[in-house]
Amino acid sequence: MKRSSWKWAWHLPLVLASVTFLLPLAFMIATALAEPGEALKPVESISAMVVPRTWRWENFIEVWRIVPFLRYYVNSLVVAGAITVGQVFTSACAAYAFSRLQWPGRDRLFLAYLATMMVPGAVTMIPNFVVMRMLPEWLDQLLPFVQWGEPRFLGLREGAPMVGRLVGLDSYFTLIVPGMFSAYGTFLLRQFMLGLPREIDEAAKIDGCGYWRLFSGIILPLSLPGLATLTIFTFMGAWSSLLWPLVTTNSDALRTLPLGLQAFQGQYGTEWHLMMAAALLMLLPIVVIFLIGQKYFVQGLTVGSVKG
Amino acid sequence: MSGRRKPAGREFWPAMAFLLPNMLGFLAFTAGPVLTSLGLSFTSWDLLTPSRWVGWSNFVNLLGFHATPQGWEANDPAFWKYLGNTFFLLLSLPVNMAGALGLALLLNRKLRFVHGYRLVFFLPSILSGVAIFTLWKFIYQPDYGLMNALLAKIGIQGPAWLTMPHMAKPALMLMGSWMTVGGTSMILYLAALQNVPAELLEAARIDGAGRWAQFRHVTWPSLAPVTFFIFTMGLIHGLQGGFDAAYVMTNGGPSGATTTLGYYLYLKAYTFFEMGYAAAIAWTMFLLVLGLTLLNWKRSERGLA
Repeated sequence: MKRSSWKWAWHLPLVLASVTFLLPLAFMIATALAEPGEALKPVESISAMVVPRTWRWENFIEVWRIVPFLRYYVNSLVVAGAITVGQVFTSACAAYAFSRLQWPGRDRLFLAYLATMMVPGAVTMIPNFVVMRMLPEWLDQLLPFVQWGEPRFLGLREGAPMVGRLVGLDSYFTLIVPGMFSAYGTFLLRQFMLGLPREIDEAAKIDGCGYWRLFSGIILPLSLPGLATLTIFTFMGAWSSLLWPLVTTNSDALRTLPLGLQAFQGQYGTEWHLMMAAALLMLLPIVVIFLIGQKYFVQGLTVGSVKG
Repeated sequence: MSGRRKPAGREFWPAMAFLLPNMLGFLAFTAGPVLTSLGLSFTSWDLLTPSRWVGWSNFVNLLGFHATPQGWEANDPAFWKYLGNTFFLLLSLPVNMAGALGLALLLNRKLRFVHGYRLVFFLPSILSGVAIFTLWKFIYQPDYGLMNALLAKIGIQGPAWLTMPHMAKPALMLMGSWMTVGGTSMILYLAALQNVPAELLEAARIDGAGRWAQFRHVTWPSLAPVTFFIFTMGLIHGLQGGFDAAYVMTNGGPSGATTTLGYYLYLKAYTFFEMGYAAAIAWTMFLLVLGLTLLNWKRSERGLA
C-alpha cells in the first residue's frame, strides 16, 4: 500500500510537466478548429480554450485558397528534400574517405573539418549572399547566351508560374546548393562507419570489388541507421530554415513555408484560426518524420557528446 | 595489426575522389567565405558602389569608446545594448539545464508510460520554428491569449508580454524553456544517467549516503562531461541565436529589447546594406564564441583533472 502510493507520487510531477508541454499545442489545435472570430473573444474557462468546441475543418482548406500556400509547401518540400539528399550523399562519400581509406594527412584534415563546426553561420552568410547575388553577372561574362539571371516560367503563355532563375537571388540553386554540404553530417557518418568491422573491406577487396562498389554496395547499406539519422536531422533543419530563404528570395513564387507563414501573418494578422491551421499544416511533415524515425533521432543526438 | 597495414598513400586517389564533392562545397561555402568575411570586415561596402578599404575603423566604431564631457561613451551604444540582450537571454541556459536534468532523473527508472512521457517532453523541441513562434505570439496576446487566461485563474492581471520592454525578454525565455527543457539536453542526460556506475551508487548506499548525498557525490560528478557539453553547445547557440524568434514575434522590439547580436547583423547587412560593418559584427561574434568555448574548455579540464 505504501509502496504503490509512493509510485503515484512519482507520477505527479511527470503528469504536471506533460500538461505544461501539451497545453500550448492543445490551444493551437482548438484554435485551428474554431469559427472565425471565435479566437478573439475573451473566454471564461481554460478548458474552453484548449478543447475544441467546434470542428471547423474548412479552416484547413481555406488556408490553401487565400494565399499561395500550395506553392510555399511545394517549394519547401523541393528545397528541403534536395538539401537532404545532397547533404547525405556528400557527407557519406566524405565520411567513407575519412573512416575507411588510408591516406596521409587524413586525420589532420578531418580535424580542420571539425573546427569549422564552431564557425557561426553568420560569418559565412554574408559572403555567400554576395556571391550568390553576383553569380548571374559573372556567368553571363563567361557564357552570355544562357542569360543566367533571367526569370524562367513554366510554359510560354502569359502569367505562367515562375520557376525562378537558373542562379542568383530568387533561384532554387541558391536555396539548395549552399545547404548540401555539412561538416556535422560528415562527422556523424564517420563515427558510424568507424564502428563497422574492418574485415568487410578486406573480404570485398579479395573478391575484386572496386572502391565504388564496396562503398555503394556494402558500406552504405550497413550504415543505414546512420544515414536515417542524418536524413531526419537535415530535413528538419532545412524545413524550418528562415534566414537564408529570407535574404535570398524576393518573389512570392520562390518563398518557402516559414516565409509564407510570416507573410500570412502580415496579411491576416488577427485571423488566428487560419494562422493556427496553417502552422499545424507546416508542422505535419515534421511530426510524421519524427514518429517514423524516433529511434534514429535519439541515436543521433547522443553521438559525439560523450564519445567525442 | 601490421599485416593489414597498407603502404601510406596507396588509397590516396580513391580517397580524393570520394572527398571531392564535399571538399568543393566546403571550400566554396565555408572556408572561402570565412576568409572573405574577414577581409570584408576591413572594408566599407553598400553593394552598389565599389568597396573601400577602411582598416580597423569598423571594429573601432563597433567596439570602441570616445571621451565626452560626461565621460566615456561607446561609439556604437546599440551594439552594447544588443550584446547585453544576447547575454540576458543566455541566463535561462542554466535553468533549462536544471529542468532537463530534473526530468531525466524523473524518467530514469522503471515506470509505467515512461515512453509516453519522454515523447511528450520531447515533442516541443522538434516542433520549433516559425510555426511555433507564431503559436507563442498568439499565446502571449494580452486580451485573448492562453498565458493571461491562465494567470487570470490565479488572480493575476497579465501584462502585454511582447509589447512591454521589460516583459518581452522573459516571454521569449519562457518560450525557449518550453521548447528546450524536454529536448536534446534531457535525452543526453538520460543517456548519461544509464552510464552512472551502479557499483558506486550501491557502495554509497551501503556507506549510508542518502538520496541527496548519492546524487551530489556520485551521480553529479559522473555527469560532468555531459553537463559541460550541453553548456558549451548552449553557449555557442545562444550567442549566435535569437533571430528567428525575434523576427517572427517582436521584430526585435519593443525598442530593441529583443534584438540580439544575430539580429543586429541582419539589420546592418540587409536593411542598411552595411556589409563591411555586418562582417565585423560576425567576426566579433565568432571570436566571442571561440573565446568563451576555449575558456570553458580550460576550466573544465582543470575541474575534471
